[in-house]
Amino acid sequence: MHQYVGLIVLFPLIGLLVNGLLGRKIKNETIVGIIGSGAVGLSFLVAAAIFIEMLGMPADGRSQTVTLFTWIAAGSLKVSASYLVDQLSILMTLVVTGVGFLIHIYSIGYMHGDRGFWRFFTYLNLFIFAMLNLVLADNYLLMFLGWEGVGLCSYLLIGFWYDRKFEGVKITWTGDAANKAFWVNRIGDFAFMIGMFLIFREFGTLTFNEVMGDAETLAVGNSTVFWITLLLFLGATGKSAQIPLFVWLPDAMAGPTPVSALIHAATMVTAGVYMVARNSALYALAPDTMTVVAIGGAMTAIMAASIGIAQNDIKKVLAYSTVSQLGFMFLALGVGAFTAAIFHVMTHAFFKACLFLGSGSVIHAMHEEQDIRHMGGLKKIMPYTYWTFLISSFAIAGFPPLSGFFSKDEILWKAFADGSAVFWFIGAAAALMTAFYMFRMVTLTFEGEPRWAKDKHPHESPATMTLPLVVLAALAVIGGFVGVPAALGGGNAIEQWLHPVFVQAHHSLALPAHHDHATEYLLMAISVAIGVTGFWFGRSVFLKNPDADRTIAAKTGVLYRLLANKYYVDDAYHATVVNPIVKTSDRFLFGIFDVRIIDGAVNGLAKTTGWVSSMLRYLQTGVVQNYAALVVVGIVVILGILIFT
Amino acid sequence: MSSELIVFLVLAAVSVLSGILMITRANPVQSALFLILNFIALAGIYLTLHAQFVAVIQVLVYAGAIMVLVLFVIMLLNLQDEDPLREQFRKKHYASLLVALLALVLIVQSIAWMGGDTLAGMTAQSPLALANGTVERIGDVLFTSYVFPFLLTSILLLAAMLGAVVLAKKRFP
Amino acid sequence: MIPVHYYLILSAVMFITGVVGVLTRRNAIIIFMSIELMLNSVNLTFVAFSSYLGNEAGQMFVFFVMAVAAAEAAVGLAIVIAIFRNTQTININQVNILKW
Repeated sequence: MHQYVGLIVLFPLIGLLVNGLLGRKIKNETIVGIIGSGAVGLSFLVAAAIFIEMLGMPADGRSQTVTLFTWIAAGSLKVSASYLVDQLSILMTLVVTGVGFLIHIYSIGYMHGDRGFWRFFTYLNLFIFAMLNLVLADNYLLMFLGWEGVGLCSYLLIGFWYDRKFEGVKITWTGDAANKAFWVNRIGDFAFMIGMFLIFREFGTLTFNEVMGDAETLAVGNSTVFWITLLLFLGATGKSAQIPLFVWLPDAMAGPTPVSALIHAATMVTAGVYMVARNSALYALAPDTMTVVAIGGAMTAIMAASIGIAQNDIKKVLAYSTVSQLGFMFLALGVGAFTAAIFHVMTHAFFKACLFLGSGSVIHAMHEEQDIRHMGGLKKIMPYTYWTFLISSFAIAGFPPLSGFFSKDEILWKAFADGSAVFWFIGAAAALMTAFYMFRMVTLTFEGEPRWAKDKHPHESPATMTLPLVVLAALAVIGGFVGVPAALGGGNAIEQWLHPVFVQAHHSLALPAHHDHATEYLLMAISVAIGVTGFWFGRSVFLKNPDADRTIAAKTGVLYRLLANKYYVDDAYHATVVNPIVKTSDRFLFGIFDVRIIDGAVNGLAKTTGWVSSMLRYLQTGVVQNYAALVVVGIVVILGILIFT
Repeated sequence: MSSELIVFLVLAAVSVLSGILMITRANPVQSALFLILNFIALAGIYLTLHAQFVAVIQVLVYAGAIMVLVLFVIMLLNLQDEDPLREQFRKKHYASLLVALLALVLIVQSIAWMGGDTLAGMTAQSPLALANGTVERIGDVLFTSYVFPFLLTSILLLAAMLGAVVLAKKRFP
Repeated sequence: MIPVHYYLILSAVMFITGVVGVLTRRNAIIIFMSIELMLNSVNLTFVAFSSYLGNEAGQMFVFFVMAVAAAEAAVGLAIVIAIFRNTQTININQVNILKW
């Protein structure tokens, strides 16, 4: 079955071509929507079939490579368009196509009436195509193709409503936000490229299996591997919105909500996590980089969570929540818990997509109102949205037995056991804040008395929108049961499943096995307590007084302003990086270099030619005696040469 | 100081002087007459080289026919005197003069340097020179080895005649 | 005996005299006569070498040069007359339709 992996990538390609080329002619929205969603749905079916086949295979033989064609064969560089079908990639494929399919269905309802309907589905399919190339690729170059492709789609989709205003730090319309996303991503991509060059120089190949195979012979602490992993991680910070390159994600909320759900929650931002997990063997050889990754992830988690507390736009809260949860995933990767990170990717895709789609439902109902201070009391009016949103909030806050509890707890446990208590503490603090801001948002949005303007008439969304919500909420409930840890009596199926992929890394890391379940139980209990505390405070404070933000702001003053303005990171970047570059480009590169030097050279060439010709024309005056004189000059020259040489 | 040398020097002096005078006169008739003097001096030099036929032809054709033709044209056009050369001289004329003198220096230099061994050996006229210059010898060679150029020259003269007639004709009214 | 160099230098001087005449004067007939002077200097060179090498080819060449010079004189002077008829002058600076 695995030889059909090409079909997985082919269906979205066909979908995007049909919708892209003919979409404008097909006036019927339903058909466009069916083509787009159907393509992804078919990919999901093929992936599921391959997955089922893989279940039947022995654990060691599940990794297969399917080559479609040779892409580049130049000298010693040989890269094929081939796909690696193993436990990790098929898992990611299922998540991407499954959640993607649901979001496509949702978009049919959400984008109803938009004049760019066909364009939206074309871009979505293009995104799925690129993302699938990314997760299924068997070499760095094809992965990079997908990497760039998703970056491009992110730009196209953030700026989808290209004629709308959007408020941000130095951002006035959606195009600015799209540009920002693209440029910040570019910085990360540059680091990724350098890392790729280093890999080729060190290993002579770009295929994953060959690189990992060669890496077995290297020693832990190898300096080239350190640089490679560090550069790749920098690329991941760009794509997965970690410190220092996370600033694009909150502004990416300028795009339509399905885009935020698909790209900026479930799939694209997890590409960085996937990439690091795929390179686990290399990262295991660079303990310094692992420390950097863990610290970066932890800091991002707590910083983004703290910012989320003070945000009032429903999508911004979720955006910072995504950054924070990604921080958790990188924390897991940094301490060597690769499986836990991928597990969290999966569960996060379920509940975060559900949350975003739910927020889209609310926004639609409130006629594009996004400020949670102007909502409230939607519980009775939008039951489906409310209940799915609530369930996903419990999941993200880590309430057992929902999926978020198992994945987040695994991360925190590994952070404590294989990392240090400090990591655990930071993670726990971030988890507390997560619960708090999530339930603050739920309370302000759905509970209490209505605070919206008189002309709004909210209503529940149509079935195309609520059905995906229900499915995702259901997955958020049961998705955790594939990762029940040994401490609770489960077999931790996902750990078993992914074990062969990470076995080389675990071998290099040589982490001690943990049989002490007592500590694990203790930490689990603390996690639950944290979740409940956050829920309690978030709910009660804002249920009593929806304006509590103002009292908190008054009491904490500077601290609140710091959080509300996102630690002024955007402003800092603008002052230190963007402004100098813009000024330099304008004054120096444009004013001096382009206008004076380059234009000067080109114009100067023309002027010189003109000047030389005005000199040369004296040779042809029409006065014959001048010509005769020149002949004599010629004779003199020739004689001179003959005599003196 | 052999007599040959004296004869040569006198004739050479006449030749050079008449040449310079020719190019500097304002009156074209004077120029023509000085050129005739030049040609006659040259014919004398040819005689010192034992080239009898050429010397006679020089006087007959050059001085006798061509220069007469030139004088006819000067008279026909009724040319007036030009401005004297001193007034005519412009900056570019100085430049041309300079270049020409430079060329002279270089030519003389090349005669001295390049000819070198070949020329050094030619200090005396060849013993064949006297026999070569006679009419019999010239006629002999002309009509055997060089008959083809000879016939071509006749066609050339025909063409020149036709050209001159056509060009100088008055147009029909 | 006179070395051949004397004749050659005399020829060179005459040639340059002719060149100066061509470059400097503006009367067409004077220029024409300067050209004749140049041709004669070349004739002198040929005859000198013919004598000193004992080869009659030099004098043959002189013969043909003279024939050509005669033809050229005829045609050239006819042109001068034609120009004079059209422009009433043989000052070459005034026959300048070709000049820019």
